[in-house]
Amino acid sequence: MTMTVTALETMTLPGPDRLPRPRVVRNSLTMAWRAVLKARHEPELMADAIGIPVLFTLLFTYLFGGALSGSVHQYLRFLLPGTLVMTILLITVCAGLSLNNDRTQGALDRFRCMAVWQPALIIGGLIGDVVRYLLAAALVLGLGLVMGYRPAGGAGGVLLAVALILVFGFSVSWIWTSLGLVLRSAQAVSILSFAVQVPLSFASNVFVSPATLPGWLRAFVRVNPVSHLVTAERALMNGTAATGEVGWVLLASAGLIAVFGPLTMLLYRGRQ
Amino acid sequence: MLSTLAAAVTVAAIEASGLVKTFGTVRAVDGLGLTVPRRGVFGLLGPNGAGKTTTIRILATLTRPDAGQARVLGHDVRADPVAVRARISLTGQFATLDVTLTGMENLVLQARLLGLNRSAARQRAGELLDAFGLADAARRAVKGYSGGMRRRLDIAASIVVAPALLFLDEPTTGLDPRSRSQVWDTVRWLVRQGTTVLLTTQYLDEADQLCGRIAVIDHGTIIASGTPGELKASVGSGVLRVRLAEPGDRDSARRILERALGVTVHPEPDPAALTARLNAGAEEGNAGDAAALGMFQLSREGIPVAAFALGQPSLDEVFLALTGHNAQENAAKGNVA
Repeated sequence: MTMTVTALETMTLPGPDRLPRPRVVRNSLTMAWRAVLKARHEPELMADAIGIPVLFTLLFTYLFGGALSGSVHQYLRFLLPGTLVMTILLITVCAGLSLNNDRTQGALDRFRCMAVWQPALIIGGLIGDVVRYLLAAALVLGLGLVMGYRPAGGAGGVLLAVALILVFGFSVSWIWTSLGLVLRSAQAVSILSFAVQVPLSFASNVFVSPATLPGWLRAFVRVNPVSHLVTAERALMNGTAATGEVGWVLLASAGLIAVFGPLTMLLYRGRQ
Repeated sequence: MLSTLAAAVTVAAIEASGLVKTFGTVRAVDGLGLTVPRRGVFGLLGPNGAGKTTTIRILATLTRPDAGQARVLGHDVRADPVAVRARISLTGQFATLDVTLTGMENLVLQARLLGLNRSAARQRAGELLDAFGLADAARRAVKGYSGGMRRRLDIAASIVVAPALLFLDEPTTGLDPRSRSQVWDTVRWLVRQGTTVLLTTQYLDEADQLCGRIAVIDHGTIIASGTPGELKASVGSGVLRVRLAEPGDRDSARRILERALGVTVHPEPDPAALTARLNAGAEEGNAGDAAALGMFQLSREGIPVAAFALGQPSLDEVFLALTGHNAQENAAKGNVA
């Protein structure tokens, strides 16, 4: 106690004139750094999201691979781009979870009464999430390589595939930031994301080719955006032509940002 | 140039009038007006649900008022919230730090957001951790901190770059006595450094200890304001507290005192204690004379007294006199916020 007081006495406060105006890039990068720090301190947030696709990669490849595609290697070539997509999509919900936590635990209020560029919390958070995506992508690809996956598209194709998935992941995150600002708890965000993502992942071409599916399901798989992304990823990683599908994915990404970006900002500003 | 400087010095820290904020059918803030001068600690005193937090949120640009005006350090909270935010800090009722980050990381983050470069931010964070007695915990995650440590770190985060005005919303609620007095020391130190502090509290002794001026808030409006001394004086010239040696004497002692003093004498929760609020408006000397007379009468009737004291009324009594109800009763009934 005495120590505290003595130490306080020897410190002076820097003047109030040093408080700056909001800075777009600087504030966003600081918030990105915050997101990376939080991700590092809470690895368990990502564990679920990575665990499921890793489990499915192992399970489907060794259990069903032979039956589905004739050989384990053949199936892995088909499956791995799909589980990569699944992994990243499952992690996108982290953006909504952390924003929801910030809202319920008061961090949002703390930043909102600072002279900080206000969207920095959200945009910086999403930039920080890219680190999570890269980590998860490296993990899934590493597992694939160990299991014997050899991408025909080479390093260039894989990098392009990862870049495309980052763009799509960033865009999808805006859905969860909107919901993170609306829903009551992080648990609600989590449950809702699971309810949306599981059907989208399974009723797609991640695990099997839609050719054998009944007509109504095939129709859904064909319009499911996850299918388009998976097709584009397969083409890039396996070195086949992909321009059309890539274009479609980029268009969908732009559409998601155009709708959920402004919606997130509106909800963020409207919380008074 | 000179005139703007002069204006900057003389402008009040807070000038608010007619503030209204309704949540559904609850008028949390109901026509509130407030003027807070620069420097010193200004206390906003009231029970739970009186509108303290909503008022602070309006002044800190977090909540938009439905009606009314508020200028903070000369800037309108609605028209120019960024200018207000650049000059204030808010430490809320609940710690808002990132609990998974370390104390050091939290402070560096705050410093970086306020524009310090990396090395300046680290240096400043280190200074603050030392000054607040948190140096040993600097590299530990905040979730392992005690309540008092969190609160101190929260206040440290608010002064990474000194604000001209610091809002402290119930800074000692839920703290143990030792942490409480540490927070009080910190507030006093901040004021010596030239910061203006607006503090909300439901503890009357806290307002008494720290605040140069107090506004009493109830049902969303200010019902009285002044220095602690003025508020007490408005209630009466003094309070006589008597503690008897034998609780069994209390009824007869009460009758004797009422006859001698000419006022109602209240029994305290302590079965041997009595309190008399001496006549409002009476002069200092009269209160002393009256008390002496009362004590003399007790002695003459042979009632042994363990202790007695003539003092100013407590802020509890002030609150009772101003609102007609007890601060605690109100907390139970009016806890809507």
